[in-house]
Amino acid sequence: MTTVQTAVGQAKTMVLNMGPQHPSTHGVLRIVLELDGETVVKAVPDCGYLHTGIEKSCEDKTYSQAITLTDRMDYLNPLGNNLVYCMAVEKLLDLQVPKRAQYIRVMMVELQRISSHLVWLGTHAIDLGAMTVFLYCFREREEILKIFEMFSGQRMMTSYIRIGGVALQPPAGWRQAIERFLKYMPSRVDEYETLLTENRIWMGRTKNIGYISAEDAIALSMTGPTIRAAGVAYDNRKLFPYSSYDEFEFDVPTRTDSDCFGRYMIRVAEMRESLKIVRQALDKITDDGAIKTEAPGIVPPQREKMKTEMEALIYHFKIFTEGFSPPAGEAFVTVESPRGELGCFIASDGSPKPLRVHFRAPSFINLQALPKLVEGQLISDVIACIGTIDIVLGEVDR
Amino acid sequence: LTENSNQNANVVGGRLSSVEHLRAWDTNAVAEVVEYRGETTIVVPRELLRATAARCRDDASMQFNLLTDATCLDRHPYEPRFEVVYQLVCISRREKLRLKVRLSGKDPVIDSLVPVWPGANWLEREIFDLFGIHFNDHPDLRRIVLPDDWEGYPLRRDYPVEGYRDIPTLPLGFTKTSI
Repeated sequence: MTTVQTAVGQAKTMVLNMGPQHPSTHGVLRIVLELDGETVVKAVPDCGYLHTGIEKSCEDKTYSQAITLTDRMDYLNPLGNNLVYCMAVEKLLDLQVPKRAQYIRVMMVELQRISSHLVWLGTHAIDLGAMTVFLYCFREREEILKIFEMFSGQRMMTSYIRIGGVALQPPAGWRQAIERFLKYMPSRVDEYETLLTENRIWMGRTKNIGYISAEDAIALSMTGPTIRAAGVAYDNRKLFPYSSYDEFEFDVPTRTDSDCFGRYMIRVAEMRESLKIVRQALDKITDDGAIKTEAPGIVPPQREKMKTEMEALIYHFKIFTEGFSPPAGEAFVTVESPRGELGCFIASDGSPKPLRVHFRAPSFINLQALPKLVEGQLISDVIACIGTIDIVLGEVDR
Repeated sequence: LTENSNQNANVVGGRLSSVEHLRAWDTNAVAEVVEYRGETTIVVPRELLRATAARCRDDASMQFNLLTDATCLDRHPYEPRFEVVYQLVCISRREKLRLKVRLSGKDPVIDSLVPVWPGANWLEREIFDLFGIHFNDHPDLRRIVLPDDWEGYPLRRDYPVEGYRDIPTLPLGFTKTSI
């Protein structure tokens, strides 16, 4: 958050302040636009209005306490944030996660990706004037949130993925709920496409708007659907497989048009790919088996054991009072969030609290390419461009 | 994890490792190599950072074209207290590399990598904002998440988690430290 210096009073240009309270900035983003008529000459994004100091707070919590903070970062992708944080801690501890828990993680994260893309599609469409899509998208998102509530007791801030596995066994009836979702969801995606893809207004508002070349996108460290729309097949699930993603069959959709329309098409295609992954995960997850690894002193013991074994009770007490101490070292883990490469860098000094937790936030890094996308375009295209970068301000500011 | 944690760090998959490529280019560029949990970290002297980063990007056998992350960590009260960390990715060879520069608390100044990767711009602004590291030749070194008039650098270890502001009214019997 800072004062932005722009050359005021130059011939013909005007400085316009967009945000931080503006319905299409998806939160509290402020952009200082220098306009020549309706053409953007210069754009300076200004963030920080939602800064909550999550990275600093993590340094004052034990490793397991910090999971709840990660939920609140990118609030459209809480499970993905849990996953990257837990994987980083597991890497520090050199902890293996049972296969069944890995598949459950994959299934939940892919459902989360669909729900995040649905929110994106709905809000992006409403920004460009298509109200109906928003209502349809939120109808399906609600179903996904119900599944999350079933699994974890929470709709959004689930904290379901924990160090060493997941929090709870899948609930009764989970398989039917997901089967039902998988049955109707593909036709719903078709429905959105019927409303938008060949809609002339939609094409007029998105085609050839916000172009960025593949070279520029890489130089600006962009990741996620924005870079895949530019033709670079950079997807962490394929390039650096984690959590057994190498056992799943799916494609990484890429395009070459690299405009707002291309990024829309990429996200729609990704929803279909995610449905494929959820289907495969559903077949891979067995009805019973371990959901947490056996790691005394790190992973809380089962409730039954605590009532019969003294050691289990002691471990339980120690985990929740003083925590555990990974050996001194550093780990950097990346996963593919709906917005791009989400990374977590943790440095341990051998104490029960991390020395440093840093999140590589894809929204934050993609947002710095916004001036490149909008300069030379019309002011109405700024809204389309912010939409297709798909930022979540909670993650930008952390 | 096991496949990456190569005991034989010189040769990976039949080719020279990036560490060896850097050593062959300039022996001074590699001050220290840390292999931990399958991740390679190269500690680079501060003076050689920008040249080394450019070499990592441009050398045909390394091609670390994507700067994915940059951050800093503070080891206060030990010296050198700051470690600035850059995470590089070579997309075509699916390889990751971490560059690290150690800085003393008395002189936290480092060359900016914006001339090499424009994407370093906001990442370095964030480090400047929260750690107070100064980047030479940075085109736009302003605070990014905190207000301009903020005092101090909150992610330094000697900055209290609850901040410096006093809490005016506390219930009877409570002190600031007990909250």
